[in-house]
Order: sequence, then C-alpha cells, then structure tokens
Amino acid sequence: MTFFQVQNLSLSFGGLAALSDVSFEVDKGEIYAVIGPNGAGKTTLFNCISGLYRPDQGRIHFNDRRIDSEKPDRIARLGIGRTFQNIELFVHLNTMENILLGRHLFMRTGLFRGIFMWGRRSFAGKEEITHRRKVEEIIDFLNLQAVRDKPVGMLPYGTRKLVELGRSLAVEPDLLLLDEPCAGMTADEKQDLYFHIHDIRDILGTTIVLIEHDMNMVMDISNRILAVNFGKTITEGVPEMVQRHPDVLKAYLGED
Amino acid sequence: MKMKRNYYEDVQMFTSGVVLFWFLTLLTGLFLLPLVVKNYYVYVANYMAINVIVVLGLNLLVGYTGQISLGHAGFFAIGAYGTLMLMVKLHLPFIVALPLAALITAGFGFLLGLPALRLEGPYLAIATLGFGLTITQVIGRLEIFGGREGLHAPDLTIGSWRLDTDIEFYYLLMVITISLALAARNIVKTRVGRAFIAIRDADIAAQTIGVNVVLYKTLAFAVSAFYAGIAGGLYAFVLRFIEPEIFTLMMSIMFLAMCVVGGVGSMMGAITGACLLSWMDLQLRNILNLPYIGAWLESISKTYFSITGVSNIQFIVFGLIMILIMTLEPLGLFGLWIRVKKYWKTWPF
Repeated sequence: MTFFQVQNLSLSFGGLAALSDVSFEVDKGEIYAVIGPNGAGKTTLFNCISGLYRPDQGRIHFNDRRIDSEKPDRIARLGIGRTFQNIELFVHLNTMENILLGRHLFMRTGLFRGIFMWGRRSFAGKEEITHRRKVEEIIDFLNLQAVRDKPVGMLPYGTRKLVELGRSLAVEPDLLLLDEPCAGMTADEKQDLYFHIHDIRDILGTTIVLIEHDMNMVMDISNRILAVNFGKTITEGVPEMVQRHPDVLKAYLGED
Repeated sequence: MKMKRNYYEDVQMFTSGVVLFWFLTLLTGLFLLPLVVKNYYVYVANYMAINVIVVLGLNLLVGYTGQISLGHAGFFAIGAYGTLMLMVKLHLPFIVALPLAALITAGFGFLLGLPALRLEGPYLAIATLGFGLTITQVIGRLEIFGGREGLHAPDLTIGSWRLDTDIEFYYLLMVITISLALAARNIVKTRVGRAFIAIRDADIAAQTIGVNVVLYKTLAFAVSAFYAGIAGGLYAFVLRFIEPEIFTLMMSIMFLAMCVVGGVGSMMGAITGACLLSWMDLQLRNILNLPYIGAWLESISKTYFSITGVSNIQFIVFGLIMILIMTLEPLGLFGLWIRVKKYWKTWPF
C-alpha cells in the first residue's frame, strides 16, 4: 500500500466543479508540489485532505486508512498537519503559546488537573515545562528565538508564516501540507524557508505536499509535481516533464 | 530587567515577591473588612462577590472562547432553585447541595452548548436569550418549584456552624470566590484554556492541530454554567427568598455588561467590572440623597425624563457611565489599567 493516496476526488460547490476526478500518490519522504493558476482548486484539495471539506466522490488513503470522512481534529491526530494560505494564527497569544497549542494532542492535562496546577511539581506544572522544552527545539530549528514572547499579531508577515510552520511541526505530522509557504516573503526569507523545508524532510523525516506559485522554487525543491487547472489534473510527474508540458504552459501563459 | 530562568515562570501565579505581597495584602484586607465597615457594606460586598463569580464564568465563555451568552440569568436561576430544592426536598446539607446544583447547571450549560456549535455572534445571542427566558417561564409554571409564590431558603448550616449573619456568610463567600477565581486563572493558563483561546482566535486552525471544537465549545458552556450555578445557589441565601421574577433578561444583560465593561478576556477585568457595576447598581439608587446634586438631578428627571413623576435618573447616570468607559477604552477597565501602567513605566516620555 502507498503512504498517501488520493483517488478520483470530486467536489462541487453548487454548479461549480472545484475538483473533478483528481488522483495522485505521494511516497514517504517525498516533497510533492501542487501547482496551478488561481482558482484551480489547489486549496480546496488541501481542505478535503485535512477534513475541512467533505468530498462528493473519491477516496483519500493515508497509512492504509481511509480518511475522507474523518473530522479535522481526528486527521491531525492521525498525523497530517497543515498551514494556511492566509495565516491562521492565534493572534492574541505569543509565539511560544501558539506553538505550544500544537502540542495539544500530546498533553494530557484536563480541566481538573489544570485547576490544580499548584507548583511546578503538580501534573499540569510538569507538563507545561516538558512541552515548553519541546517547543523550544522548534523555536531553535526555525530561528524564532527573538520573537518567542511577542504576540504574533504584531510580527511581520514572513515571521508569522514561520510561526505557523512551527505550530504545524509541533503536532509532529508524518505528512505536512504547506499552502503557499513563501507567498509574500522577501527573497532572503524564501531562501531560508527553502532550507527549512529541506531540513523538515531530511531531519524530521516528514513527507511534504506544498502549493506554491514561485516556479523557480517549485522546480528546485520538489521531487514530483501535480499541475491542476479548473479542478482537473493537467499532468503529473517530475519537474522537467511538467515544466515542458504544453498544457501547463498554456494554463500559465495563455494560448498563442 | 527581570529575566525568566525557567519555563514554569510562564504559568506561575506569583511571578515575583511583589505580586505575592499584594495578593497577601488583598487577602488580609478582605479578611479585616467586615470588622471595620458597617453591616450594609458587608451586604454590598456579598452582592459583589456573587456577581464576580458569575462574571468569571461568563468571561471564560465570552472573553476566552469567543461565544456569547444572554442567558446566564437562566443558569443563575437553575443554581438558585437547584440548591434550595436539593436542601428542602431531599434534605441534603448545603455543602453537598450547592456543588450538586452547580453540576446540574453545568449539565444545562452543556445542552445549550450543543446548538451553539452551529451558531455564532448575534444568532447565538438570540438562542441563549431564548434559553434564559424559557427557564424562568418553566420555573414559574411548575408548582414543585413554588410557582409564582417563590421559595424560602432554609437555615444555612455547614456542619455545626450556623451562618446567621451577613458577616459569617461573607467569609464563606470569600473562600468560594477566591478559590473559583484562582481556578479560572489556572484553567486559562493550561491546556483547556489554551484550547478555548484557540477556538476564539482561529477555530479552523484549532481543528487542524487536533483541538476537538465540539468538545471544547460545549465544555466552555458547561464550565461557565457551573460558575453561574454556584453563584445562583449562594444568591438564594443572600435574598433568603427567591421567585422567578428575579431572574430577568435585565440580569443576563447586566452580567454581560459587567464582563464587557471590565474588559473581555482578562481575569482582573472580570473581577473589577463585576465589582464596579454591582457597586453602581446598589449605590446609584441613593444618588438622589446626595447634597445639592441629588435635588438637581431629581428636578431634571421630573422635568424631562419621567412622565409618572417617579425619578429614574439613576438608570440614566448608570448608562452614561457605561458609555463613557466604553468610549474611553473599548477594552474596558482592564484596558484603562494597561494604559495607566504603560504611562508610568515610560514616564516622563
């Protein structure tokens, strides 16, 4: 069985077919890119995978489990993490607390043990300390030390993107969905992110599926590419092949 | 500059000796209060403490989870009637009846939380408002709850301690209020509270990191209702007599106003907001007795506002003060406090 598989996925909103008959497979340890013009259905595809939308037809398999009718929090628990195109952070909390929320699934403190957090030796106290250590590793990994205690609402755009990436890493996913990770970033920030994505795959062993518009980055970073337009697959394959495919050129550059 | 040395300091209650000192000073002050002030002010303090309990719970729901409720008078009523019914009909001691009634209230909170999963903002406000109104109607119609006649509170005893006076009741109330305040503070600093905040700030992102939104939204309603239930049970003993007409829509609105005037999403805001508005509620009734201003206000009221000749100027003053606070600082009293603190920290710049 494959690591991650999408089969004949279809979803329409009213009369608009956002996705029709999309299929692809991702192997463990791959960096897989989804490209396509605006409104092609890329984010809809991610929303189906992470359980926010329920597809009309088709199946999604992850680690030999069918996941297309699971709830989003259940899918997170199964090991699929994601980031959002328009950053979705907890704006009133600081960087540390945002990433700490990513540890939610690994923490056990409930209402009662929370109320009885008296001293650092109480259950909740110990847990708060242990998981803050874990978060610190992520902060180090992404070089976010300078903004650890800053409310994320006040951070610059690129930094907020990194905090969101950090939060998704805190869930320790096996499969990470990145929705336009370097949109709106400066050239330097993009360069850093390029290394981060490689490190996430190589050091943490996380498989990555990403949506990206920066073609240089996509061609450089990904092992394979899926090109979609109007909710349909145009082509799928290695970067060199996709790059030269006439329909991809047509979708991006228009007809002659 | 103060440096953090370990992670526990992030969630520590008393981050420095200064904080601990002020907390102990406050406790001592509260302990000595009934010994130095008139009995009436002990009653005022009791009234404040009960509102503080409700608003602490309401703040967990409104301020931290981002849900709204205009039905907290309903929970308050369930707590009050529940406690009295358990004591009168089942002959349970107060110390068992109060938490049990609050748990029943929490159950109702959980039930109200279920439709809340699909509703937001103004729609949720109306749904909860409907709940609040229904509860008093149902209680008023059922003979077992005393119907329109109301219920009398039995004598209040804990073990062999009989609480006859306001002062004795004051000490009981303080213990409960402070414990519940510390509990609320610990909830928002740990996992459950963070999940509440996550739902408030970005509920979709919260789901994708594994927060069960259904569970935590209903839990927030249940916890909030538990606080209102405890407060309601205690309020029954402040009044010594309860009837459905006490738990009006106006009461729900006052609870929400206390929460907002204090500053949503802040513990100190909830406490100060509840204290200020309960104080105003009781004290503005005497505004006409003030020298000079009183007579002047009364004449204004009679000339311009009240047709019947009954003076209603205290409500107008009340409203004006609320409008003033909210215009000055949308974050309420808590926001004002932050501004003052910042001013002194950066003074003279």
